[in-house]
Amino acid sequence: MRLLEYITLPWDVLGVGALWLVLMAFFVALPCSQMGSFLILRRMALTGDAISHSVFPGVVIAFYITGDLASPWLIVGAGLAGLFSTVLIELIHKWTRVKQDAATGISFTALFALGVVLMEMLLGRNVDLDLECVLHGRLGLLLEEDRSLFLGLQVPTPVIVMAGVAAFTMVLLGLFCRVMTLSSFDTDLAASYGYRPAVIHYSMMFVVSFVVVAAFQAVGAILVIALLILPGAAAYLCTYRLKPMLILAALHALISAFGGLYLHVWFNSNMAASVVVCGGVLFLLAWLLGPVDGVLWKWLKDEHSELEEISDEVVND
Amino acid sequence: MSLLASVVDLLIPGSGSGKAILAAVLLGAGCGLLGCFVVLRRVALMGDAVSHAVLPGVVAGLIYSSERSPGVIFLFAALAGLLGAGLVRLMMVSTRLKSDAALGIVLATFFAFGIMWQSRNQQDTVGVMNFLFGNIGSIDASDLRMMLMTTLMLVVTMFFLRRPLLMMSFDEGFSRGLGYPVRVLNGVFYFLLTFSVVVALQAVGVVLVSAMLITPAAAAYLLTDRFERMMLLSVLFGVASGITGGLVSAEVNGLPTGPVIALCATALFGIIYLLAPRHGVLSKVMRTIRRRMRVRRENMLKAIYQIHEGEGFAHEEVSVLMLARKRGQTEENVIKDCKALLNRGFIEMAEDGVSLHLSRLGWKRAMEIVRNHRLWELYLTNEADYAEDHVHEDAEKIEHILEPGIVRLLEQHLNFPELDPHGKPIPQPSHLVAQPPVSI
Repeated sequence: MRLLEYITLPWDVLGVGALWLVLMAFFVALPCSQMGSFLILRRMALTGDAISHSVFPGVVIAFYITGDLASPWLIVGAGLAGLFSTVLIELIHKWTRVKQDAATGISFTALFALGVVLMEMLLGRNVDLDLECVLHGRLGLLLEEDRSLFLGLQVPTPVIVMAGVAAFTMVLLGLFCRVMTLSSFDTDLAASYGYRPAVIHYSMMFVVSFVVVAAFQAVGAILVIALLILPGAAAYLCTYRLKPMLILAALHALISAFGGLYLHVWFNSNMAASVVVCGGVLFLLAWLLGPVDGVLWKWLKDEHSELEEISDEVVND
Repeated sequence: MSLLASVVDLLIPGSGSGKAILAAVLLGAGCGLLGCFVVLRRVALMGDAVSHAVLPGVVAGLIYSSERSPGVIFLFAALAGLLGAGLVRLMMVSTRLKSDAALGIVLATFFAFGIMWQSRNQQDTVGVMNFLFGNIGSIDASDLRMMLMTTLMLVVTMFFLRRPLLMMSFDEGFSRGLGYPVRVLNGVFYFLLTFSVVVALQAVGVVLVSAMLITPAAAAYLLTDRFERMMLLSVLFGVASGITGGLVSAEVNGLPTGPVIALCATALFGIIYLLAPRHGVLSKVMRTIRRRMRVRRENMLKAIYQIHEGEGFAHEEVSVLMLARKRGQTEENVIKDCKALLNRGFIEMAEDGVSLHLSRLGWKRAMEIVRNHRLWELYLTNEADYAEDHVHEDAEKIEHILEPGIVRLLEQHLNFPELDPHGKPIPQPSHLVAQPPVSI
C-alpha cells in the first residue's frame, strides 16, 4: 500500500501538471539525446559543453534587446556567440602553440564569464534570467507559466514550443540520418560521395546550438551537457548498431523524464537536476549491466574463463 | 600541527581587503602551479570536470557541518573531486567510451547531483552561490587558514615531485622506462589538481575554476620555453587577475567574483596572445611579412641575374621595362620593388631612372640564389630521382632557405658541379672577386 502511494504521489500532488512536467522534460531531452548520440560517435562530447557555455552571452544580449525569453532572436544571438567561440578557438590554437583543449577551455570559460557579467550589469535583478536560471533552469516553474489553448486543453506554452523544437529536430534527423551516419563513421568516404565534411560539421554544430538554446531555459547552461551526453553514452554501452542506439537514447530520455518527476516530488528537489540525476542512474545501470559493455558481464566472463582454464589444466594433467 | 596552525595564523591579515588579497595570492599560486601541468599534459578539460564534480562535496559540507567549518567543506569537496576523477579513469578503462564522453558524464552528473541536493536543503545551503560563482569578500580567517595550509601542502609536494611530474607531462612512456612509478604519480597529480580546485573554490566558484587552471598557464606558456619560468609567470598572472577581479567585483554591487576574475585572466591572455615576443601573433605576423618581403627581393635579384645571363652578360644595365616583362608585373610595381633593393644596397639606379645595375653586394646575393636553385634542382634529379621537369617548383621554395653550410654539403655531395640539369651553368659567388661575370 505504501509503495502504491509513492507511485501515485506526483499525480496526487500535481494532477495534470505532472503530465506537463514529464512531457516538457521529455521534449527537452529527446532532441538533445539524438544530437548527443552523434556527438558521442564523433568524439565531440565536450563540444556540447563548450557550446552550452559559450552561447550564453549571445542569449543575454538578445534577451536584453528583445525582453522576451521565447523570442527567436535568442537563437540567433546564441548562434552568433557559438560561432564566435569557434572562431576564438581556431584563432588561439592555429596561431599559437596552445593546444586545442586549452584553447577550448580558455574560450568557453571567457564567454561564459562574459555572459554572467553582462547579465548582472544589463539585466540586474531580472526574474526571468538570473544566476538561478543559469544553474537550475526554469523547468520547475513550468506550471506557473502562461498557458495556451491546444486541442481544447490548457497547455503551458513552453511545452508547445518545445514540442515544436523536438518535432523539427526529429524531422531534420530523419531527412539527414544517412548522411550524418556516414560522415560520423567515415568522413573520407562521405567526402568521396560529395558530402563536404566542413558543411556537415557546421550544420551539425548549428543544430546542436539550436537544441542547446531551446533546452537552455528549461534546464540551465550546465545541466544541458548531461542531457546531450548521458542518453547517447548509455545507449552506446548497450548496442553496436546505430538505429538501436538512437532508439535507446530516446528511451533513456523518456525514462529520465518520468524518473525525474518522481525524484522531484519525492525529494522536493529541483526538477531539472532530478531529470539529470535519474539519467545518471540509468547510465550507471548501463555501465554495470549493459548487454555489450556491461562491467558485470565482463567480470563474470573473466571468472568463467579462469575456471575454464583451471579445468583445462586439470584435464590435461 | 597546532604549532603550524599558529604560524599560519600570523600570516593572515586583519583587514578585509588584506584577506581578499591573500586569497587571490593563494588562488593564483594553487591554480597557477597545477595549471602549468594541466596545459602541458593537455588535460584542460579534466580540470573542468574535476572542478564541477566537487559541487556535491561542497553541498554535503554545507549541510553536515553545523558551523560550516571550512575544513569539513574542503574535505568533502576534495573527496567528491577525487571520486569524479577516479570514475572518469574507471569509465575509460572499462568501456568503449572515450575520454571526452567520460569527462562530460562525470562533470554533468556530479553537478546535477549537487544542484539536486542543494535545492532540497535550501535553508542549510544559503551560501552555496559563493561557492558556485565565487565571492572573494566572503572569505574569512578560518577559510584563509584552510586555504593557506592546503596551498602550502601543494607547493611543498610540487617542489619535491616537480621533476618526475614534469617528465611525465612530456613523455609518460619514457618516465616509466626511467623507473618512475607513473601510476602513483598520476594519482598524486589528480590529488593535487583536486586540492588546487578546492583552494580556489570560494574565490572563483565551481563553474569558472577551470578558467584559473587554464588561462594563466596558457598565457605563461606563450612567454617562455623554460618550465620554472612558466610556473612563476603562471602564478603571477593568476595572482594579478585574482586581485584585479576581486577589486572590480567589490566595486560593482552584486557582481560575483568568479566571472570577473576569469575575464581579467582572459584579458591578460589576450594581451600576451597578441604581444608575446616569440609566440605572440603580432610577432608571428611580422616575421611572415618580413620573410615574404625578403623572398620578393630575392626573386627580383634572380630575375635581374637571369636577364643578364640571357644576354650573355653583354650589357651592364637592365631596364625596368625588361624586368617588368620578366617578372610579369606592372612597371610601377617593379619600381616599388627596386626601391626596396636600392635601400638595401643591392642595386644602383642609372641617372635616367628607368634602368639599373647590380651592386657588388647585389651580384653576390643574386648569384647565391641562382646557385641555390640550380644546385637543388641537380640534387633532386641526381639523388632523389625526380624528373627534370618536376624540380623547378621545389627549388623555387628552397632557394631562399638554404644555409651556407648546407650549400657546401650539397656541393661536396654533387662533386662541385658546373651545370644544372637543364644545362645552365651554376654560378660561383665565391669567384666574384677573381673573375666578375661582367666588368663593373
